[in-house]
Amino acid sequence: MPLQIEEDHQRFRNIVRGKIRKDLRKFLSRGELLGREGKKYVSIPVHGIETPHFRYGDNNDAGVGSGEGKPGDKVGDDGEGMGPGGTQEGQHILEVDITLEELADILGEELELPRIEPKGKHNISSVKDRYSGIRPTGPESLRHFKRTFRRALRRQIMAGTYNPDSPRIIFERGDKVYRSWKTIKAPQSNAVIIYMMDVSGSMGDEQKELVRLEAFWIDAWLRRNYEGIESRFIVHDVRAGEVDRETFFHIREDGGTRISSAYRLAHELIDQNYNPEEWNIYLFHFSDGDNSSESDSRECCRLIKEQLVPGINMFGYCQVASAYGSGNFINSVHEHLGDDEAVITSRVNTKDDIYESIKTFFSPGR
Amino acid sequence: MHRVLPKEIAEQAEIIADHARREGLDFYPTIFEMLSSEEISQVAAYGGFPKRYPHWRFGMQYEKLRKQHKYGLSKIYEMVINNDPCYAYLLSDNMMVDHKTVIAHVYGHCDFFKNNTWFSQTNRKMMDEMANHATRVRRYIDRYGIERVEKLIDTFIALENLIDPHSVFMKRDKPYVKPDPKAKPPDKSRRDEGEFERFPAKSYMDRYINPPERIAQDKAAGEEKAEKTKTSFPDKPVRDVLLFLLKYAPLEDWEADILGIIHKEAYYFAPQGQTKIMNEGWASYWHSTMMTNYILTDAELIDYCEHHSGTLASAPGQLNPYKMGIELLRDIEKRWNTGRYGPEYDRCEDMQERREWGKEKAPKGRVIGKDSPGRQKIYEVRTLYNDVTFLDEFLTPEFVDDQKLFHYRYDPATGKMVVVNRDFKKIKAQLLFMLTNHAQPYIYVLDGNYKNRGELYLGHRHDGADLDIKYAVETLKCLQAAWRRPVHIHALIDGEGILFSYDGEKSTQQRVDDTVPTPANAI
Repeated sequence: MPLQIEEDHQRFRNIVRGKIRKDLRKFLSRGELLGREGKKYVSIPVHGIETPHFRYGDNNDAGVGSGEGKPGDKVGDDGEGMGPGGTQEGQHILEVDITLEELADILGEELELPRIEPKGKHNISSVKDRYSGIRPTGPESLRHFKRTFRRALRRQIMAGTYNPDSPRIIFERGDKVYRSWKTIKAPQSNAVIIYMMDVSGSMGDEQKELVRLEAFWIDAWLRRNYEGIESRFIVHDVRAGEVDRETFFHIREDGGTRISSAYRLAHELIDQNYNPEEWNIYLFHFSDGDNSSESDSRECCRLIKEQLVPGINMFGYCQVASAYGSGNFINSVHEHLGDDEAVITSRVNTKDDIYESIKTFFSPGR
Repeated sequence: MHRVLPKEIAEQAEIIADHARREGLDFYPTIFEMLSSEEISQVAAYGGFPKRYPHWRFGMQYEKLRKQHKYGLSKIYEMVINNDPCYAYLLSDNMMVDHKTVIAHVYGHCDFFKNNTWFSQTNRKMMDEMANHATRVRRYIDRYGIERVEKLIDTFIALENLIDPHSVFMKRDKPYVKPDPKAKPPDKSRRDEGEFERFPAKSYMDRYINPPERIAQDKAAGEEKAEKTKTSFPDKPVRDVLLFLLKYAPLEDWEADILGIIHKEAYYFAPQGQTKIMNEGWASYWHSTMMTNYILTDAELIDYCEHHSGTLASAPGQLNPYKMGIELLRDIEKRWNTGRYGPEYDRCEDMQERREWGKEKAPKGRVIGKDSPGRQKIYEVRTLYNDVTFLDEFLTPEFVDDQKLFHYRYDPATGKMVVVNRDFKKIKAQLLFMLTNHAQPYIYVLDGNYKNRGELYLGHRHDGADLDIKYAVETLKCLQAAWRRPVHIHALIDGEGILFSYDGEKSTQQRVDDTVPTPANAI
């Protein structure tokens, strides 16, 4: 019998989804969600769900606590604060945890994005061990100390050998319990996103913020479409190098721009690690489009056409506006690769363009 | 959802009930049901009831509870409903020792529900009533659609704290007497004089004892008063805003029925909010007493200790009613066992002497039931007090000292909560403030026909804390949705009287000065 609460719960989730959908454009263009990502959940502020009441305002922030502490000490450091339960949340917006998948679904619905048909072998699964249980045998290194201690303590109390004045607990064979593991199947990734970013002098903090936002949503949508996904990160100025995620979003370089360096490195990565037969490969390049020379731009287009595009799902070029430079590179791409289906470009001048940009990239459903 | 209670648990429940009765607890028959953690989360989301009317906020609560359970943040150990018979739930994956503790704790609650005077007016067949409410709301959903019904519930729920919990114990209004058509019409000429006082006097003295000027004066004053009450609506400030809406708002029958349901449920839950500390303290006192005196086996000791200390632990930023309640009850028991009350004790200023006071009088060995002055006192306390009166009367400087209580306040300079001091008066005042009216502001209907235009005028009685403006503006919208005509609330913000208004289209606020018409009543 389904629980009656399921009905109310469903209703609540629908209301939340509706609110998020309505505010999606705003979420897409604001950094609010970044940094709210847990492992599986994103915590989203949802407006207008909480029921209002006549209640006291914030000038009521006082309470009674218990514990040590002198006047002026912070509560919570030395003493445990006890406030009036439930009257001091102080938050006016309700935060709702939703899974990344659910968020991506809402994104897909709202932007009317088609699902991607993955190519290659379906989900090869790999196995992993997880410690989740307890058993009476095992190696000493896996002994569960707290549980063993409790069992020993209990045995001694029952046997009357526990002496409160000299509380010595001695483990016996029967007291000892050990952690045990379960083998679980984890889906193995069959898709990879290679992010490339121009970190030359002309890319400022504002531009990087745009890239971060855009990348977050690209990530969310692709993760929804593939069981597991790998990400690689390449930064370049006149030379290119692979970095980790953290560095990718925070690195600051100076100097000129030679885009072809990144494309060569990307090609190398794919060549060595990702067989296009088995992998769904996505390349995204973010730049302000101020390449050092026309000839390098032509070289880039040749590289995309001849080396990158064959075998991959999509090459996305996203040009962010910057105060410097010509921003000419996007024109070269249009000129040479305008008719290639796997090459998609978009311009992001402000945060408000991210909505359309995501739509441009994923509407073809590749 | 019902399933038969395992035999060994049913047996334990009987044994524990016998101990409880011997200790003097007096409770309704109590039915225990075993639920899975999902089911118990459902029941908890519904405030303890297996059936409530459908509403998304229960779903929200359910999700919160499920998540807490999943991450091991909190576990619902016990739940009990104030009903005759009492219903209580046991979590199926608990250990036997947990079940026993919960059962002992539940009998404490049941005794409290039955005997505490603040619960005396609650409906003891609430289980049926709630199911009844659910059926009625479902019928309205079938007829008017979920959207409409849900929106209405949302509106009324925003106002559910605007009730008058004391009204169930007294008659605020004169009972309405249906006029008797056969009764003789009152004698007009007599009434004219009868309305004001006339001292008895011999006819030749009457002119002096009841001078005509005074009679005329009284008459004029009487008429003015009558005129005033005739036009002021309501004739005095009304705290039960929900009831006022129920009587006078232009609601359709089904809308009024839903408001009536919310009104009833709000009153049913009110005493639980008023006696949280006492109720949990009382139940914890008894589970602790019974478990340690009679029930625990050696093998169960460790698990019991862990569970018990977990219940009494206070997390940062929260007042643990279990801890506060049990400690204060034990303190009262000790004080009355050792005679630490009354003028003689109060006059004693020697701290050492106070600490040693009447030690020799303390009962030796186990006390059963009401066999000690301390026990008699706490039984009396459980009958007569609520949280506010409980703390007001029994909180002592020694207790505050022993519990290491302090007063804290938000420090705007650091943005943190900081310890202010350990001053007894401050701590007590703060605790009482937090408990009075369940830390909700006092709101009254001051005028139901404001400016003679059928507008509703509420007032906030300021007790040192301002209303939250954002919330007030949103709540006004809900109030307007029920009243249909423009609504206002007068509130003191930073020491200045502000009138917040909503007319169905836009929210406005203005400073209250001479140009703003005054409502029919003032607080």
